[in-house]
Amino acid sequence: MSKAGLLLKRTIPTLAGTAAAALLLAGCGGATVNQAAAAGASSTPCGSVNVALNAWVGYTANAAVYSYIAQNKLGCTVVQKDLSEQISWQGFASGEVDVVIENWGHEDLAKQYITDQKVAVDAGPTGNEGHIGWYVPPWMAAKYPDITDSKNLNKYASLFATSESGGKGQVLDGDPAFVTNDEALVKNLGLDYKVVFSGSEAALIQSFRSAEKNKTPLLGYFYEPQWFLSEVSLKKVSLPAYTPGCDSNAEKVACDYPDYKLNKVISKKFADSGSPAAKLAKAFSWTNADQNSVATDIQGGMKPDAAAKKWVDAHPDVVAAWLK
Amino acid sequence: MSTLVRDRAPIHTSPVAARAPRKRLSRRALLLGGAGVVWLVGFLFLHGTATLTLPASELTDLHRSLNQFNAWVAANRADNPVFQYVFTPLRAAVDAVANLFIGIFAASSTGLRLPEIGWLGTVALLSWIAFAVGNARVALLTAAAFVFFGLQGLFVEASYTFALVLTAVLFTLAIGIPLGVLAGVYGRVAKVITPVLDFMQTLPTFVYLAPLALIFLIGPASAVIATVIYAAPPVIRLTAHGIRCIPENTREASDSLGTTGLQRLLTLQLPLARRTIVMGINQSTMAALSMVTIAALIAAPGLGQVVVRALQSLDVGTAVNAGLSIVLLAIVLDRVTTAASRRAEPGASRKRRISRRTRYILLAATLLVALVMVQLSRTMLWAAAFPKDLNIGPAIVSGVSSASEWLQTNLFLFTVSFREAVTTGILNPFQSLLTETPFYLLVAVIVIAAFALGGWKLSAVTASCLALIIYLGLWSDAMVTLAGTLVATAVVIVLGVIFGVAMGRSNKVDQIMRPMLDAGQTMPAFVYLVPFLGLFGATRFTAIIAGIIYAAPVAIKITADGIAAISPTVMEAAVSSGSTPWQVITKVQLPMARQSLALAANQGLIYVLAMVVVGALVGAGGLGYDVVAGFVQSSLFGKGLAAGLAIVFLGILLDRMTQAAAANPVRKVPSAKSTTH
Repeated sequence: MSKAGLLLKRTIPTLAGTAAAALLLAGCGGATVNQAAAAGASSTPCGSVNVALNAWVGYTANAAVYSYIAQNKLGCTVVQKDLSEQISWQGFASGEVDVVIENWGHEDLAKQYITDQKVAVDAGPTGNEGHIGWYVPPWMAAKYPDITDSKNLNKYASLFATSESGGKGQVLDGDPAFVTNDEALVKNLGLDYKVVFSGSEAALIQSFRSAEKNKTPLLGYFYEPQWFLSEVSLKKVSLPAYTPGCDSNAEKVACDYPDYKLNKVISKKFADSGSPAAKLAKAFSWTNADQNSVATDIQGGMKPDAAAKKWVDAHPDVVAAWLK
Repeated sequence: MSTLVRDRAPIHTSPVAARAPRKRLSRRALLLGGAGVVWLVGFLFLHGTATLTLPASELTDLHRSLNQFNAWVAANRADNPVFQYVFTPLRAAVDAVANLFIGIFAASSTGLRLPEIGWLGTVALLSWIAFAVGNARVALLTAAAFVFFGLQGLFVEASYTFALVLTAVLFTLAIGIPLGVLAGVYGRVAKVITPVLDFMQTLPTFVYLAPLALIFLIGPASAVIATVIYAAPPVIRLTAHGIRCIPENTREASDSLGTTGLQRLLTLQLPLARRTIVMGINQSTMAALSMVTIAALIAAPGLGQVVVRALQSLDVGTAVNAGLSIVLLAIVLDRVTTAASRRAEPGASRKRRISRRTRYILLAATLLVALVMVQLSRTMLWAAAFPKDLNIGPAIVSGVSSASEWLQTNLFLFTVSFREAVTTGILNPFQSLLTETPFYLLVAVIVIAAFALGGWKLSAVTASCLALIIYLGLWSDAMVTLAGTLVATAVVIVLGVIFGVAMGRSNKVDQIMRPMLDAGQTMPAFVYLVPFLGLFGATRFTAIIAGIIYAAPVAIKITADGIAAISPTVMEAAVSSGSTPWQVITKVQLPMARQSLALAANQGLIYVLAMVVVGALVGAGGLGYDVVAGFVQSSLFGKGLAAGLAIVFLGILLDRMTQAAAANPVRKVPSAKSTTH
């Protein structure tokens, strides 16, 4: 014990010395890189922006261009967060998400977060028009002309059967998080099909690509704007026409998807902050062709940032109008 | 999600069953056989009726009322006292701690988003801590790993993950150790707490991610809370276990000196249990790391986000690069805490090579160096953010990507035909046997089987589990899940026997296999999904493979230990009597290790079930899909919650049935008499 005590006596001054030295160091070098940065940042009023990143390339294209401009023209710090659609909305309340840059409908969420809780605001349309539907590869539409009418689908169900679809035809869906009524459609239209989830946009594209290349049958969920449609022009299957309100009960849906006027949603706090990035989010608007060109670049292996730079450099007028 | 540590009642072989005459069929075999016949005959004549199928888009009234929870939280967040005084302050507190560590290690919220301590300081400080609690070797490992994260271009992501793990572990210990001590000291507390821990460990993580995100909103705070729920059971169990295992006479010696309860705890129980408690910290830390990765789905920053993104774009290269970081971080955390537990061993200090004094001087000197580096990293930009030019990340990503593309194009025919053969040949028939048999028949068959295995008590437990699954409205989905789980478990058992026997028979094989199995167990499940997704597509088959990879290491290890534990004299006797190696394995080793085999099967099953939900991310249907869909689609929230509970009941049912089967193995031991002496 006495030995330990002695040791303690000896080490305490050492430790105290180190601590003092550390404090001294900290005191002297008070100006850390971070503080310098904070001081520098105060001259630009932007700060940091949290952008939700949903999992399809079209969204990535919007987010890339928005982030690029916010970062390079406005001096903001952009933090991108990979989140699924509905989860992103929850982030408006917690401050985890400031911007959802491409929103597909979601009337229920809009009611909950914009109307009721008042934590988010609609930042206007992106200028893109969205369509969701069922598609077949072009070779099928050519070989079976009547397949593009959902009434005839049952006739072809056996063509689409796979080992995953339990003897029925397969409707290949994407990420379970995407907007989809397909399960209900299959049931309510009396189709002899089963919805199978591929898990992601990338898997859907891969499946459609190989279906066209190998001339294998495939019926799947897809949407535009979508760069892939310029590579393989998938043919849309017509479902019973959409009428307003026909999709109000998720379990009873028996009609096509509506045309979506895609919009942006930003958090209330962010909108009120007066940040130039919030103004940019409200002004951001472009065409389906614009989105597809950026998405094609990203898909071709370009980094989203580089693809965004390319588009921004080619469209100075559009960007200038957003920043006005 | 997983069952990391479980205290199990020791398994006793009933001597009666072992000595029963071999020729006559026992009552149990009759019952089991009868149940099987009833099932098959029922399937032949009644298949397709009363299957209780619920289409994926449909809900039951129960699900709809659970959906109301969603709306209720939204409506009450602002003014309900539970939120005002409990949830919101709790969230704020956890958030503050999490942000403190994130600010120190990963990125503070100032303009440049640089951490308080730059990369050089982080490396120095963490290595010093590793040195202080462990030894020089783990300190070096820590430094090397963190520098490697920088080289991979993932330093910021890795330090986010580290900061969250640190926060979660601190909270876990603050809650877990006191609870563990209580459970260790008072038997009554243990009785209350054990079923709760069982429940927590069988509940799939996804199930509580959704409600937690609703209550605590997405972000680091919810991620930490979810992680604490997942990581607390091991440390609670091991702390309680450590305290309970202190020999009675030691305790009495201390009591006879007249110590009070608190004195006894502080001077005897905690010091003696120290090593077990540190082991618990190790287990909890590993659990925390794997959960923090998954919590990326509710906006936890870090390496998990990179993996999630890769999963969505099928980018194998990026996934492997990030996965490598996660595995390295896991190895560092494991080795450092293991070294700490060695140091905590009673009497360890006497065995050290250097004197205590030298050690203190060394510690002080290295601390000084570390502090200088911390200060450097606070003032110099090169020491604050990891230099961008030193980046081998893209090389790793593109290398792995091209390798995986080559595999995908060249093995396509093989992988697809293999997948199709297994799916149509085994999985589909088995699944339809389960899903298309009328539910009442299947319930009867399972309850009879349970009666045969474990008597009235077990059959009552089984019946109520099944009744609850039916009440939850998810019978058919549960049967889909059961089919996949059983197929995966069968493969796990086969692998367990093959590799377990190889490892148990040869030390060399054991030495080669063990690190690989350790890696398989420490690797968070998320990581290896992506390569298999690339090879096999999003199908039930891929999900089954994920379950097998997760569960096989446990089964192999348990089997290997069982085989290795057979006494060498028995083996000598068998070999000298002229048995071929095959005979030795089938007639001596496997029969004698049957307790371990049964335990391996039980653990394999539980581990596979723990992967059901993660498997749903890559194409598994059934309950796992319901849980995932409920997580991402608010209209299916209630159904997801119900599916999570159904997984728990399925888990309890399978666990109890395999435990009963393990306690009284069906298979008799033909050579039991000749080998025991």
